[in-house]
Amino acid sequence: MLFYNRMVVDDLVFHALSDGTRRDILAAVLEREQSVSELARRYPMSFAAVQKHVAVLERARLVRKRKAGREQLVTGDIDTLRRSFDLLTQFETIWRQRLDRFGEVLADTITHDDTTHDDTTHRHDTRHGRTGATR
Amino acid sequence: MTVTDVRKDPEQCTLTIINEFDASVEQVWQMWADPRLLERWWGPPAYPATVVQHDLHPGGKVTYFMTSPEGDQYHGYWNVVAVDAPHSLELLDGFADGEGNANPDMPNTGTSVSISAVDGRTRMVLRSTFSSPEAMAQLMQMGMEEGIQLALGQIDALLAG
Repeated sequence: MLFYNRMVVDDLVFHALSDGTRRDILAAVLEREQSVSELARRYPMSFAAVQKHVAVLERARLVRKRKAGREQLVTGDIDTLRRSFDLLTQFETIWRQRLDRFGEVLADTITHDDTTHDDTTHRHDTRHGRTGATR
Repeated sequence: MTVTDVRKDPEQCTLTIINEFDASVEQVWQMWADPRLLERWWGPPAYPATVVQHDLHPGGKVTYFMTSPEGDQYHGYWNVVAVDAPHSLELLDGFADGEGNANPDMPNTGTSVSISAVDGRTRMVLRSTFSSPEAMAQLMQMGMEEGIQLALGQIDALLAG
């Protein structure tokens, strides 16, 4: 369930980051805390529109909002942003493991080539492949 | 460890991994071109891959399935976009049903491979391009499962050894 919740948050993160204005807002509030009205002055759009963008960022937990008098102050949440970039790292891990096997099998075929000249016509069954990859 | 460099571009959803091997360009190419070799490294140890169809020509298709420890089969396919043997390969990698037909609910991943001789070794540049951040998140779910299964497989191997 925790895993599922994490997936939902990641979807929200990507949706939030798919818009240029929101990425810009995020960059601004990662630098320093700013009020929504201060942010609204940066863009040629209404206060309400900016507030909507902030809400999308907030749902994705990329920013946090707090009240100070009549102002709403927005700060960036660096942890969530970092986590979204971790996705590529996870794919990297999968590929690294796959490439470790690639390297092992390759080294194995080279030794094999040195002793015999029977390469692609030689038929390995899949069990052989499995033992080769598991060791 | 054969990986010499990794580049991640979160904005373009691209992952580039550079590897070098003490092998010839042809030998590295065969790892993709020979289905019997391919199935020895494509799937994690606990999910061995079986290549069913292997037509490495532009417009051709490669279909395979991975078998879980419980005996469940997970099918995948490559749509071969471009081939220049033994130097480059471009494909779309996706999930399939039992007949090898693409599963439209799962995003596919663009994968490009380029193999070249560098200082007596062979360099392989592998680039994965995800269609969108959403696709990447969706695939991560599958990927994480694969990673977990892989870790479990390694623990099994340790216990057995």
